[in-house]
Amino acid sequence: MNEWKKGVRDGLPICFGYFAVSFAFGIQAGDVGMTPFQAVLMSVTNLTSAGQLASLGTIAAQASYLEMAFLQFVINMRYFLMSCALSQKIKPDVRPVHRFVMAYGVTDEIFGVSVVQPGDLSPWYSYGLMSVAVPGWALGTLVGVVSGNVLPSVVINALGIAIYGMFIAVVLPAAKKDRAVLIVAAAAMVLSSIFYYAPVLNRISSGMQVIIITLAVAAAAAWLFPRKEED
Amino acid sequence: MRGNIYLYIIVMALVTYAVRALPLTLIRKRITSRYIQSFLYYVPYATLAAMTFPAILYSTGSMASAAAGFAAALLLAYKNKSLIVVAFGACAVSFLFSLI
Repeated sequence: MNEWKKGVRDGLPICFGYFAVSFAFGIQAGDVGMTPFQAVLMSVTNLTSAGQLASLGTIAAQASYLEMAFLQFVINMRYFLMSCALSQKIKPDVRPVHRFVMAYGVTDEIFGVSVVQPGDLSPWYSYGLMSVAVPGWALGTLVGVVSGNVLPSVVINALGIAIYGMFIAVVLPAAKKDRAVLIVAAAAMVLSSIFYYAPVLNRISSGMQVIIITLAVAAAAAWLFPRKEED
Repeated sequence: MRGNIYLYIIVMALVTYAVRALPLTLIRKRITSRYIQSFLYYVPYATLAAMTFPAILYSTGSMASAAAGFAAALLLAYKNKSLIVVAFGACAVSFLFSLI
């Protein structure tokens, strides 16, 4: 139960960050003609910012289901890597049912917070995170789609940075302690800037960019700075 | 054609869940390879860093307020502040900056 409470506490910033991001998603979902019910249903069943935002263009264009499946696969393939990493944090004797439920909550933010927990990851900690993050995501979607102008845009804009603040709070303390992590983070940011600004490369979808950068940087780092023991 | 929206949602949800669930449920054992262990250890930092920069600069609608929020987040995280303090510190600073 303690693990659950800890998860709830650590999940609060995710909840607020999600509210801001899904609020923006909700506004756009309304723009392509989705009802509040449809938009919230999508948020609750998918729980993925990049995938949902990208889906709106596909839905507006009435593209094929196969194309939608492929788009989601490419954008969300990074969850595959995260899920591989997370599998090593779970005790081997944790029952499969927990693994199936935990898998639902593998998002950038929930993963980022879970994977840096010291020691084994308790399913209850994940459930604590999810039990505040998922309502934040659903509620933000609802408020966004119902009325795009509840909050002044200055506030919405400022909330947009919350998610990135969380990422920094996960990476920087680890980079302070471990020079290899610092180099990994710096290299990833440099590569990501190149992908963002360079012609041709910036045509690659952002989800795919993250996968390429992660594979390249983590593979190089594992070769250059192998970990001494499991931690 | 609007009725198809539910099928789109189902397709999306199935693909996304499969991507998340396969490794988590199939990899039950601890991986012993030191290389793969190290690789997986670095994955989150590479992913989070790549997602943060330069996207953070475009997250608030103005690069100046985003840069201010970014700087605030770096400073707070460097001082080992909790997730919520770093996240809201960045929001507060970028909000104040956008008022100027």
